[in-house]
Amino acid sequence: MIEIKGLTKRFGKKTVVDNVTAKIQPRTITSFIGPNGAGKSTLLSMVSRLLDADTGDVLLDQTSVKKWKSDRFAKRVSILKQSNYLNVRLTVRELVSFGRYPYSKGRLTDEDEKFVDQALEYMNLTDIQDQFLDELSGGQRQRAFIAMVIAQDTDYILLDEPLNNLDMKHSVQIMKILRKLVDELGKTVVIVLHDINFASVYSDRIVALKNGKLVKDGPTHEIINSKALREIYDMDIPIHEQNGCRICVYFNSHTHAN
Amino acid sequence: MLAGIVLSIISLFIGAIDIKPTDLLDWESDETQIFLISRVPRLMAIILAGAGMSIAGLIMQSLSRNKFVSPTTAGTLDAARLGILISMICFTNATFIQQVIFSFAFALLGTIIFMQILDRIKFKDAIFVPLIGIMYGNILSSITVFFGYEADLLQNISSWLMGSFTLVIAGRYELLYVAVPAILLAYLYANKFTVAGMGEDFAKNLGLSYRFVLNLGLTIVAVITTTVVLTVGVIPFLGLIVPNIVSLYMGDNLRKTIPHTMALGVVFLLICDIIGRVVVHPYEIPVNVTVAVIGSAIFLILLFRGRAYAK
Ligand SMILES: Nc1ncnc2c1ncn2[C@@H]1O[C@H](COP(=O)(O)OP(=O)(O)OP(=O)(O)O)[C@@H](O)[C@H]1O
Ligand SMILES: [Mg+2]
Repeated sequence: MIEIKGLTKRFGKKTVVDNVTAKIQPRTITSFIGPNGAGKSTLLSMVSRLLDADTGDVLLDQTSVKKWKSDRFAKRVSILKQSNYLNVRLTVRELVSFGRYPYSKGRLTDEDEKFVDQALEYMNLTDIQDQFLDELSGGQRQRAFIAMVIAQDTDYILLDEPLNNLDMKHSVQIMKILRKLVDELGKTVVIVLHDINFASVYSDRIVALKNGKLVKDGPTHEIINSKALREIYDMDIPIHEQNGCRICVYFNSHTHAN
Repeated sequence: MLAGIVLSIISLFIGAIDIKPTDLLDWESDETQIFLISRVPRLMAIILAGAGMSIAGLIMQSLSRNKFVSPTTAGTLDAARLGILISMICFTNATFIQQVIFSFAFALLGTIIFMQILDRIKFKDAIFVPLIGIMYGNILSSITVFFGYEADLLQNISSWLMGSFTLVIAGRYELLYVAVPAILLAYLYANKFTVAGMGEDFAKNLGLSYRFVLNLGLTIVAVITTTVVLTVGVIPFLGLIVPNIVSLYMGDNLRKTIPHTMALGVVFLLICDIIGRVVVHPYEIPVNVTVAVIGSAIFLILLFRGRAYAK
């Protein structure tokens, strides 16, 4: 279990993440939502140790993440950041293989190869596995990064806006695969999403941030309603029920000045 | 690989004095002596320097995440030379070991300082960065020349300004063998360098101790550079263009590219050396001149057609 305890981060005078406390329930998809600049990425970076918190702590299995050895931590928690700039010429398969680095340090065993094959297949990359990353489209590259994180096979998978650059088909496909990872393999996924309909349809829980503060934290059905969404986004968003899914129709909503 | 072997053999039998393979059958002949004292060490020096400088460049490019950073364009070579000069000023009769230590310390420090500068600048353009490096190297170089002039040591240091295999004979080049374990280490850690080259966040996500790998890489670079500068002098551009050419057709997975980079570095240096020896036979053009001429031309080509890819 990951517990976020009173986490605070300041950049200069600005408090970007403000005393956030939350628990990530195991075997769920938890979506982080909130407006631009709310502090979602910063929070995720602190959970995954890429960034040090000013105060507060993050516990993984009751132990502070700072106390975990880096190679053991890399087998438990993986993160894909919002923007990934790589100027390394690797093929798709080479990149995904480096997802196995925490286990094999680069000398892949047969088992590692299986994980790599599987991840490539999940992300529809098998056909282009031998192409160089810098020769791919933005969406193909994004899928390669996701495949790498999946090959890392960690209990906790943190994804910061992974649907960036992806077409509808691949977005849906990826959400379904994340669902499968959770339901069948018992993984825990934390995902930052801007399209609240993906959050509504695919996640078990939603955590909402605004101006660095945690404003909502609960099961999806408690958050996807017009009242809660108004608090988060300052928008009046009507909600339609369709085949048991709650769809937020925000395209022409009335917005409030803040 | 094959080209390397053929060129090695050619290299062994080119020089001011004609030596035929048949001469070697007579163990006592002068030709055999020259062969063993001069030609073989020369070939070994070329192989070690060629492989070493290419690997040093490859590691620097990976760690700095910039295709145009190399011992030539990051002040490493200039810092190593400054170190030699300082050792000669500090100890009137600097022993070889003192020179080695000073040169190594300065090469390491000089490179670390450059990496710090790189960390701080916001504008990380693929071409802007090596320009800063060259300026930085020139500053170090002028300090060297200034103090060398003051201390009347210009004559001495000028031999390190020039890279040349002319003076390589048995007994004067063995320091280069120190580069062998450094290159081996680079190969052993190849995967770590590749991961580090993906950037600090990727490296941390994969559980790599980024700082350690960074420091190890810079140390390897400093060791190789020092041994080369102290034995054959400055060989510019090699660490810049060889890894870039290999990267173009093979990518940047170091485990895969290190053997190719070494081989191409050796072949390139052998060709330059043979050209230098043949053009004005029986005299020689120092190898740094041939390397600089051919190397800068290739560098310009890489710059122009590679701008997109180097980003
Ligand atoms: N390195 C930094 N230095 C200074 N300020 C920063 C830094 N990183 C983030 N910030 C600030 O922190 C705030 C939160 O940023 P963060 O990236 O966490 O937002 P976010 O919720 O992920 O937004 P988005 O939806 O746009 O990705 C922003 O106001 C941003 O300007
Ligand atoms: Mg963000």
